[in-house]
Amino acid sequence: MRLYADDTKCCGCRACLVACSLNLFKENNPKKAALLIDARFPEPGEFKIKVCTQCGECAKVCPTGAIRQTDQGTYYVEFSECIMCGACESVCPEGVMFVRDALASSAWKCNLCGDCVAVCGTSALSIAE
Amino acid sequence: MNGYGGNILRVNLTTGKITREPTPVDLARDFIGGRGFGAYFLYTEVPAHADPLGPENKLIISSGPISGLLVPGAGKCDFTTKSPLTGGYASSSLGGMLTAELKYAGVDSIILEGISPHPVYLFIENEKVELRDASAYWGQGCITVEKALKTQLGEEFQVAVIGPGGENGVSYACINHDYGREAGRGGVGTVMGAKKLKAIAIRGTHSIPVADLDAYRQSGMALFKACKESDGLKPWQTYGTTIVTSWCDEVGALPTRNFSAGSFEKGASLYGPVMREQIVITDKGCFGCPSPCGKYSRMKRYGTYVEGPEYETIGMLGSNVGISDIQDVAQANLLCDDLGIDTISTGGAIGWAMECFEKGILTLEDTGGLELRFGNVDATLKLIGMIARREGLGAILSQGVKKASQVIGKGSEKFAIHVKGMEQSAYATHNATAMLLAYMTSDVGAHHNRSWAITYDLQVGRDQVVPEKVARIIWLQNFRPMFDVLGACRLQWVELSIDRELYVPVLAAITGIHRSWQDLEKVGARIWNLTRMFWIREIEGFGRAWDLPSPRFYEEPPVTGVTKGQITRFEDVQRLLDMYYEQRGWDANGIPTPETLANLGLKSIID
Repeated sequence: MRLYADDTKCCGCRACLVACSLNLFKENNPKKAALLIDARFPEPGEFKIKVCTQCGECAKVCPTGAIRQTDQGTYYVEFSECIMCGACESVCPEGVMFVRDALASSAWKCNLCGDCVAVCGTSALSIAE
Repeated sequence: MNGYGGNILRVNLTTGKITREPTPVDLARDFIGGRGFGAYFLYTEVPAHADPLGPENKLIISSGPISGLLVPGAGKCDFTTKSPLTGGYASSSLGGMLTAELKYAGVDSIILEGISPHPVYLFIENEKVELRDASAYWGQGCITVEKALKTQLGEEFQVAVIGPGGENGVSYACINHDYGREAGRGGVGTVMGAKKLKAIAIRGTHSIPVADLDAYRQSGMALFKACKESDGLKPWQTYGTTIVTSWCDEVGALPTRNFSAGSFEKGASLYGPVMREQIVITDKGCFGCPSPCGKYSRMKRYGTYVEGPEYETIGMLGSNVGISDIQDVAQANLLCDDLGIDTISTGGAIGWAMECFEKGILTLEDTGGLELRFGNVDATLKLIGMIARREGLGAILSQGVKKASQVIGKGSEKFAIHVKGMEQSAYATHNATAMLLAYMTSDVGAHHNRSWAITYDLQVGRDQVVPEKVARIIWLQNFRPMFDVLGACRLQWVELSIDRELYVPVLAAITGIHRSWQDLEKVGARIWNLTRMFWIREIEGFGRAWDLPSPRFYEEPPVTGVTKGQITRFEDVQRLLDMYYEQRGWDANGIPTPETLANLGLKSIID
């Protein structure tokens, strides 16, 4: 299972980012979300969404094994074991592995909680195989 | 403080001094936020009779306790000042992303004071706040400057900017944000320009605290679920505010040729489905909005892009000036946005000037050679530039239709469509008494967002002049602006029919204070009466005469369209006011009585 994004349906409202930060960190802070909205304005006038594809490249390079898989196969960060080395961020092909020491003491990524899908009013986000 | 950024940022542009004070708990209790904070600071801090363009006037920018949180449409920002257009209270609401970013930077209100000796922009990145030189940006358009600042500072910065209209002192200059969202009305951009403040750039990375996280998540999610399950969601997402264009045309509410009629014979080419098919390329929502009314468009004929046009712009720069091609309307929209002038007032000013020209009151000599006839696209686009530059006839029109008609005279005052000096927005009110009263008594002048009652008129009988209609207007005026106080959008309630009771638990979970809608409406009435007292304080002799509409709506029945021959009698206009004042607890001249002010807890502030 993974998150899918349909750019053509996104209206750039960022409700997904708040829902994400609330799930990951129990905080209202879209800067601490695990997906990205790239607003391309005034031209060409489009939104691009970057989401985790659960490819697992981050887990392969994590030196402490902090990026693990659930029984369903979803990769997530065990916050207490992250040493903020940044190895995962550099290999993420979608640019949605985050290591920001000013914001959090652990790396973070999508844990496929589905809250972003629940609040997206335009159905731009979905979870499927 | 739960639900708040926690600070009031005070910026003195004369001295360059910047201070950050904790948001007063009493202020949050009595005025809650947003428009409430603006009204309080305006009344208590701006000295009586201050020049709107002088150093004593202040521009107050406020978020609310819901702004930036997990609540549908939590993206509303209030801009309050003493209006250079009307001389009274101005409060304009901005969508987009600014209000959320302001709160993430730990700020509830920015109070801008004084006048900078040279053009600057305000840089805010959390606690780092600086006035930076903006000489290179002065004179440039809003869209160019926003892009330049985002390129320079980073795309995460949210930017509000004025254009040449605000720099040059057009009385209805706006503040532009996110390439097409505006704090449009009342000249808030004019005040920013007078302060030599070209732009504000904000980035915040703080988290916003809430009182009960689990209850907040649950009740916030419930609101999103209700929006997504609403029957109104799909059509509103598809057409946004343009969904009403055809309806207004059909019921005689679409302003046509300077409000001389309410139906436009070429109106069908401006309807929502035509626009969607011809020019819209994507939907564009404000912060946290599941039902985006923002439509981003590309005008192939011009090779340009614009956010919009919204219904109001279609009415005012389309049918009201006789233009029937949606690409032309959108291009006029773009020019206004980039030059930083309000599309509604601009359309009102140009419509009035066109009527003057067609009646021979203005000549080719007056217009600088423009054939200023209804429907002339080229003349409209040129005149928009002349207004922003305050050049020729544009200089006269830049003061708004009330002052322009006083300058030109020759009976043109009769068809200057405004209340209190603010051009009427895009609902023709020849025979819609509730909407007419809404415009007459709106706290900023003839604007619709406080009390949108045109559908109510049709439900109960459009020519009815009864106490129930007046009560409905007062209820809407107390209730609807509370969304601007909370920092959220009202359109989920209006257009998706979301039960307003769903907001009660989420507000309580955010702030830790339970407030019913009855409690909130009392705050709404408090703000309404405080701003009424501001008008009374600022304008000598202010009273009943300021609440009268344009004579067009009681003297000149339309000669075309579905409201042909229909009019509101002047004695009914006066009866509406009699009933309104009585129900508000105001005297026969429209002045709140001491008892009314005391009941609303305003006595100490007014005294």
